[in-house]
Amino acid sequence: MTSTELRHTPLHALHLEHGAKITPFAGYAMPLHYGGIIGEHLHVRKAAGLFDVSHMGVIDVAGGGAARALEALMPADIVSLPRGRQRYALLTNARGGIIDDLMVQNLGEHFRLVVNAACKTRDAEHLRAHLNGCTVDAPEDGALLALQGPAAAAALSETLGGGDLSDMKFMDARALRLDGIDCTVARSGYTGEDGFEVSLPAARAEQLARRLLANPQVRLAGLGARDSLRMEAGLRLHGSDIGEATTPVEAGLGWAVAKARRSGGARAGGFPGADVILRQLSGGAARRLVGLIPRGRAPVRAGAALLGANGAAVGEVTSGGFGPSVSHPISLGYAQAEHAAPGAELRAPVRGRELPLTVAALPFVRHNFYR
Amino acid sequence: MSTKYTEDHEWVREQDGVYAVGITDYAQEQLGEIVYVELPEAGREVTRGEDAAVVESVKAASEVKSPLSGGVVEANAKLADSPELVNAEPESGGWFYTMRASDASELEKLMDADAYKKFVQSLA
Repeated sequence: MTSTELRHTPLHALHLEHGAKITPFAGYAMPLHYGGIIGEHLHVRKAAGLFDVSHMGVIDVAGGGAARALEALMPADIVSLPRGRQRYALLTNARGGIIDDLMVQNLGEHFRLVVNAACKTRDAEHLRAHLNGCTVDAPEDGALLALQGPAAAAALSETLGGGDLSDMKFMDARALRLDGIDCTVARSGYTGEDGFEVSLPAARAEQLARRLLANPQVRLAGLGARDSLRMEAGLRLHGSDIGEATTPVEAGLGWAVAKARRSGGARAGGFPGADVILRQLSGGAARRLVGLIPRGRAPVRAGAALLGANGAAVGEVTSGGFGPSVSHPISLGYAQAEHAAPGAELRAPVRGRELPLTVAALPFVRHNFYR
Repeated sequence: MSTKYTEDHEWVREQDGVYAVGITDYAQEQLGEIVYVELPEAGREVTRGEDAAVVESVKAASEVKSPLSGGVVEANAKLADSPELVNAEPESGGWFYTMRASDASELEKLMDADAYKKFVQSLA
């Protein structure tokens, strides 16, 4: 796809005005950074960063049987998801692989799914094909903003006219009027910090973004910082760390298989790949996603093989880069179970040299969610 | 001599009888914040256009090609602990390595400062 065919988000002009370096991502022209990834990353950890994530997909599912119908496609507990709450969920395939990872919000009159940009068209087709009796609406006229960091709540509160957000906990999702704009707001994000994800009409996105940026604590942050922040927080990236060929248990996402959907649960199984996933939940998986800390200063990036002590291949790196907050390189990857315990020593061939890495517990930085 | 430049955005400059090599200000600007530099060992023989070093930014790894053929004399040891010098002083303190040239005529194939400036402008 050439750059002339890239789609623009509703904030494209704002990005250019702020000196964004634009990069193609999932068919969109997206801001990689506005001057420096490391500065934006560190600002999110100490104040607040505003991310344009309008490339992501929003899919609204309505109908009397929507909760049950969604449960037939994902191992989440949607039936008991209270109104005003959001859950992390996985669309699975018949082999137990992950078609996409997403958030499911119960907004009362309907469920709202927030899905990955690269998956949104296929997700909508998948849902339309399988959610019989439900209406599936994938509006393309919305914007999504993520405000992330310890100063996010205070900054968002200003747009509420000083409204109180202290009763809104991590993974709450509700309608709020921000700067006079009707928005759907979830207290969640992809950085490991407290923060909010705001869905609003495209035509009002720039107004809200400018209002937030008027707060000196808030700075724009691009996809580069989004990636380094999520990696430090140990959050998996679909298409890199998880995908159709990795199961939730292999990915360390067994917690996203709800108790009610597990063997012996109220609505056990009944989702694609349940046989594989439930068997792995009780018996374990042969490989697991692990955190990795390269012992030198060289990043070990996606695609590098992981070798055990005898030189045999025991896995592969799926994400890797530099962690600005931890100040050293970090990677995520799969390792055979016997090499996956924290402290295990592995090696990765990079440009003809074998670099040592240590398996580390995830996340690399502590989560600061508002619970 | 004056500084010479390649189309791959390396610079080379004679100082104290050897040739110092680095990447240009334009290159560091394009790469973004540099977090690691892999340098050739002293004594290694490189040929012009060969991958001689690697710069790692937050996002990606990029190869640095040797602008000249010859033997590496010294790698810039400061870059091991301070790779950000490449961003701060790309064409001075952030030099990568020094080398002896086995064929000084290769210098004639490189651009001078004016030609390189025009070349960079043509990329915009």
